[in-house]
Amino acid sequence: MGTGEAAHESIGSPFVELRDVSLTYGEDDDGLLSLDRLTLSVQQGEFVAVVGPSGCGKSTLMKVVTGLKAASHGEVKVGGEAVTAPVKNVGLAFQSATLLPWRTITDNVLLPFEIIAPHKYRLRQERAHYVEQVEHLLATVGLAGFGKRFSWQLSGGMQQRANLCRAIVHKPSLLMLDEPFAALDAFTREELWLVMQNLWLTERFTAILVTHELREAVLLADRVVVFSARPGQVIYERVVPFARPRTLETTYQAEFTAIVHDLREKIRPPS
Amino acid sequence: MSGRSRRILIALMPWLVTFGILGFWELACDLLHIHSFILPAPSAIAAAMAAYAWPLVDHSWRTLTSTLLGFGLAIAGGMLIGIAIGFSTLVYKGLYPLLVGFNAIPKVAMVPILVLWFGIGVVPAVITAFIISFFPIVVNVATGIATLEPELADVLRSLGASHWEVLTKVGIPRSLPYLFASLKVAITLAFVGSVLAETIGGNAGLGYLMVTASAEFDAPLLFAGLFAVAIMAVGLYAVCVAFERRMTQWAFRGELLS
Repeated sequence: MGTGEAAHESIGSPFVELRDVSLTYGEDDDGLLSLDRLTLSVQQGEFVAVVGPSGCGKSTLMKVVTGLKAASHGEVKVGGEAVTAPVKNVGLAFQSATLLPWRTITDNVLLPFEIIAPHKYRLRQERAHYVEQVEHLLATVGLAGFGKRFSWQLSGGMQQRANLCRAIVHKPSLLMLDEPFAALDAFTREELWLVMQNLWLTERFTAILVTHELREAVLLADRVVVFSARPGQVIYERVVPFARPRTLETTYQAEFTAIVHDLREKIRPPS
Repeated sequence: MSGRSRRILIALMPWLVTFGILGFWELACDLLHIHSFILPAPSAIAAAMAAYAWPLVDHSWRTLTSTLLGFGLAIAGGMLIGIAIGFSTLVYKGLYPLLVGFNAIPKVAMVPILVLWFGIGVVPAVITAFIISFFPIVVNVATGIATLEPELADVLRSLGASHWEVLTKVGIPRSLPYLFASLKVAITLAFVGSVLAETIGGNAGLGYLMVTASAEFDAPLLFAGLFAVAIMAVGLYAVCVAFERRMTQWAFRGELLS
C-alpha cells in the first residue's frame, strides 16, 4: 500500500525537518520558552519516538510539526514544503480518544473522509465502498463486528483502537501520536503497541510518537529521541536495531532492557 | 418493596402528589370556610372550567399559538446567536454584555412599548414570548459550542477542516444536549411571556380572560385560567423531554437503553 505522493521523493531527504525551531508561549518578553532551537529530522516511513521529562515541549512539537501552531523562530518542513498553515493529510491521535458519542464507531472512523477532498465529494455515492474500507481496518485492530456500536458502549482500550483507526483510515503520510496509550491499563497498552506496530508495518506511514513510556518507545520506534527539560532540545538519540515484527518477548531481552536503561539515564527531571 | 411495585409507585407519584395537594386544598377551604372570592376550592374551579369550557378552550388556543410562535422564533434566533457567540470570540465580546443587559430588563415594562408599536393583539404576545425565552437558549447553545474539546478541534483541523466543517460536524451536534436542556426552561418562560402580554395588552388569550374575570370578581374562572396555563405548560414540557430523549439519546449514555 502506498503512503501518499511523498513516497516518490528521493530517498534520503527527510520527510519531516525542523531546523533551529523555537516556540514561545505568550508575549515576547515574559513568554514561556517551550522549544529552544530544536533541530530534528524524520525520514520518510520512519517511526520516531520522542521521550523526555514532563513539560519538556513534546506536545508543542506535535503542534509545530502539524502546523497547528506557528514556530516563533526557525524552519519547519513537511514533505519538502515549509509549514505555514495546518498540514493536510496528517493523522492525529491523543490520550483521550475523542470519538463523537452521537456517531457509531464506523461513522466515527469515516469522519476523515467527510472532510478530505476528493473523498468528501465521493462519499455520498460510494459510501458502501468506504464503509467496507473502514470495516476492514476495524477488523485489523480487533474491532470486527463493533462498527454499529456507539463509542460509549466500548471499553477505553477499544475506544483507543477506534481512535487509531480514525487517525490512519485516510492513509495519511504522517501520523502524530501524543501519548495515545497513556490512559490505558498495562495489559491493554502492551496489546495496543502490537496493534500499532501492525498498522505501521502494513501502511508504512511516517510516524512520530510522543510518550513518557520508555518501553513503548523502544518497542515501537526505529529511533528514540530524548528531549531535555523545558525548553525542549534534543539531547540524545538512539537507533533501535531490533528486527520487525517485534513482540512482547523482545521487551524482555537483555539488549532491550539495556537500551531502556540507557535512555532512562539521559532523562533528568526539570531542575 | 418489590421492584415492580416500586416502578408502579414511581409512575403514579406525579398524580398522587398533585391530587393530594388538591384534596388538601379542598378540605382546607371547606373546613376553614374560606370564601370562594378569596380562594376558590378545586371543586369550584372545576365547576367554572365546565361552565366556561368553550371560552377556556378558545382562549387557551390563542395563548398556545402565540406561545408556540414565540417559542419557535426563540429556538431559531437563540440557536443562531448562540452558535455565533459560541464560535466567535469577537461576536461573544460584542454581543454578550448587550444580551445580559437586555435580559435583565423586566419584560412587563416592554409590553406597553410593543402595544404602542404593533397595537393590541397577537403580535405583542408572540414577541414577549420570544424575548423572554430566547436568552437561556443562547447561553446553552453557546456553552455547547464553546466547550468543544481542543484535541478534537486539532484532529479536524489537521485533516484540513474549515471552520464551517468543524461547526457542522462537531460543534452543532455536541451542542444539542445543551439546546434541549434549555428548551425545557424556555418553553415554560414562553408561557409566562405570552400570558403577561395578553394581561397587559391583549384582546384574547388566557391572560385577557383572567383580567376580565378579575374585573368581574369571578375568582373561580380566574383560577381556571391559571390551571389551563399550567396544564398546557406541563404538556409542552413533556413534549420537549420526549424530543430531547429521541434526539440526544447518546448524551444519556447507557441509562435509557437499559
